[in-house]
Amino acid sequence: MAETEGSITFEIVYRGIFQKTLANRISRSIVLAARTRGLTGTSFSRYGDSPERNGVPAKQFCVVAKDDLELEASLAKYEPKVVDVTVVLDDTLVKGVESWAWYGRQPIWKPTREGGIVLVTSERPLAEVLAQTDAAVRPYTLATVPGAASFAGLWVFKDDHTDYRVLGALAKLAPDWVRLDDVKALIKEQTKDDTAVASAQLGYDEAVTRAVAVGEGTTKHEVLQFEKPGWTKMRPGVIVDARKPGERNPYYKKYGARTLRPVVNFDTCIKCTMCWLDCPDECFDVTPEGHYEVVYSACIGCGICAEVCPVKDCIVMVDELKFEDNDNKWQVWKKDKGTYNAWFEDKSGVSAAPPAKASARSAGGGEA
Amino acid sequence: MTVVATRSSDVETEQLATGCEAIAEAIRLADVDVMAAYPIRPYDGVMQAAAKLIANGKMDVEYIVADGEHSQFEIVKHACAVGSRVFVGSSGVGWFYAFEAIAVTAGLRLPVVAICGNRALDDPGAFGTEHNDSLAVRDLGWLLPWAETAQEAMDLSLMAWRVGEDKRVSLPVAIGLDGAFLTHSQTLVKIPTQAAVNEFLPPFDLGDRLLHPDNPITIAPQVDQDWLMEIRRQNDNAMRQAKTVITEAHADFKRIFGRGGASPFLDEFMTDDAEVVFFGQGTLALPMKVAIRKLRAQGHKVGLVRLKWFRPFPTEEIVKSLTRFKAVGIIDRDYSFGSPFYGGVLYNEVRSALYSQAKRPAVVGFIAGLGGREIEQPMAMEIYEKTVAASKGDLSSGDTCHWIGVRQ
Repeated sequence: MAETEGSITFEIVYRGIFQKTLANRISRSIVLAARTRGLTGTSFSRYGDSPERNGVPAKQFCVVAKDDLELEASLAKYEPKVVDVTVVLDDTLVKGVESWAWYGRQPIWKPTREGGIVLVTSERPLAEVLAQTDAAVRPYTLATVPGAASFAGLWVFKDDHTDYRVLGALAKLAPDWVRLDDVKALIKEQTKDDTAVASAQLGYDEAVTRAVAVGEGTTKHEVLQFEKPGWTKMRPGVIVDARKPGERNPYYKKYGARTLRPVVNFDTCIKCTMCWLDCPDECFDVTPEGHYEVVYSACIGCGICAEVCPVKDCIVMVDELKFEDNDNKWQVWKKDKGTYNAWFEDKSGVSAAPPAKASARSAGGGEA
Repeated sequence: MTVVATRSSDVETEQLATGCEAIAEAIRLADVDVMAAYPIRPYDGVMQAAAKLIANGKMDVEYIVADGEHSQFEIVKHACAVGSRVFVGSSGVGWFYAFEAIAVTAGLRLPVVAICGNRALDDPGAFGTEHNDSLAVRDLGWLLPWAETAQEAMDLSLMAWRVGEDKRVSLPVAIGLDGAFLTHSQTLVKIPTQAAVNEFLPPFDLGDRLLHPDNPITIAPQVDQDWLMEIRRQNDNAMRQAKTVITEAHADFKRIFGRGGASPFLDEFMTDDAEVVFFGQGTLALPMKVAIRKLRAQGHKVGLVRLKWFRPFPTEEIVKSLTRFKAVGIIDRDYSFGSPFYGGVLYNEVRSALYSQAKRPAVVGFIAGLGGREIEQPMAMEIYEKTVAASKGDLSSGDTCHWIGVRQ
């Protein structure tokens, strides 16, 4: 449908490395299920991705076509420019995807055609997912199928049935190309497991949709787009300007890899430097008073700072979808500690008060 | 211990020198900062001659003996990136062992100057000359001149630094030197004065591409498919610029040193009224000139066009020159198994250059002198006869290639 009525293109956006095998299984299954009805297809991952890296957004694609001639138009592609269906395997990815330097941050629906479908695995209400998705520039259908971000695979593929639920949901959303009977038959043949087949039915039954009109969604995400220079404008000799001390890469921010973000309690910070020293992305800035504040546009959310911080609940890792902005926060604390600490407590769920005056709430430990 | 370099007195001298010794003198005169060495014949001739100049206090150069050819070329690549004028070289399979470094040096536009002491590719182990080692890099962005004599080896070296280091080009140069005939045979060579060389060859300046703490840059970051074509196109443009820069440098060279011939790209011998010509590069021009003189004495209108720069390929000059003749016999001291008409590399490149011309000479190819085999006069006569036959429309001679001097 993207390029011809004779085919349909799916993209599956996922996070490396845990979802790499999962995305591949979904993609292959879409093609193989269609094959049982004599259709043909292709399945491929984006070659330049680094899906072996933890949390890095990556893409898998598949095309189902009526016949080989229709399929040819979709072959020898690095990345389809337009897709009919975008599947998102981690709902924090709806904040946008940055896969390479100079690609910029791309809205999750960027390649989804007008009237296409964005299907997200999420346990949140549709409205909450939409609230973190970039404002639409063309209408599409947003859908969710129940499920937390799967940690299906690293060394061993731990099948939590995310693939079957997604396939079931796709059978509901794109029934011309993905048929529930075909999907169920394929799963039964592959697994000999009736609970797996039941999960496909569950995905079919529980997938919910919402039409998204132009303008719906958030406009608060950073616009990060670049014009790539031509050969007459590039520096010769494969040279780029190095970053100067204190300067961060403007062309590759990588925060799209983040599912949790660190929030800092400046009141309990003992200025020990551990977070600043151990951060692999050098994303802490030293404040005039010797605190260390997170530069969120550089933070990939790896959590090492929270691990090495010797003060309990001084750095807390918080669900990324609780935040709409990407702004540094020390200035807010400096200006008004009460407002900042209320914000800290609201996001982290732990008390901002120092341990000596610990409230009953923080003694019980935060949810993080 | 610091060796204080003492420059030879500023008077042009004449030495009985091998091509390798002449190159070593060029290294001295060009005030090379870093050279890297690893022994393989015939390149080792330059190593020894340069080491001797250093030991005798005549030259001050950082002389790094590497643990292999790959390291050798990596050393000079990096030295060049930090602003050193460099020299390196190898031969035959040693050159191939450095291939990865050779490829990226051109990709990064680093003007390394090398010699490739042309040697047959093992196995079997053989020292003699064939051009396939140099020619293997023909598509990568190296400039490839070929010398005929020890004098030209020295002259092309000075040209190499001047052209390669020019900001419009900034590409590496590999001078082809025929093993034995040129590298290990002494002839009289004029050694120019330091003042003249200084006038011809400005100091190396990488400008804003210099890798230095005061000029923070990253060289060769990882890129994806969105960038490679633009990078390749830049290198293509640099190679196109090289023709202009060679022409300018050649004019300057002639003005300062009084040598270099009429054209920077082609050396024509007895071609004014020629009906058929031989075409080739390197030392094979020497026995062919002897043959031409004999043939001329018998009244035959025959000449020679010798190619001085294989890359950039001087297409316009070759077309202009060769379309004057009835037939061209192209002599390849190389092979390209399975290529069109089973011809050599030069043969197919020249044929391709001539394709769109309304008036084309008959072209016949010869594979000769492989592995350092001498091109003897009977072989030269056979080449002549087949070229003349092609000029008369003998299709069994034209559009094909002949192996010359090979035992049945």
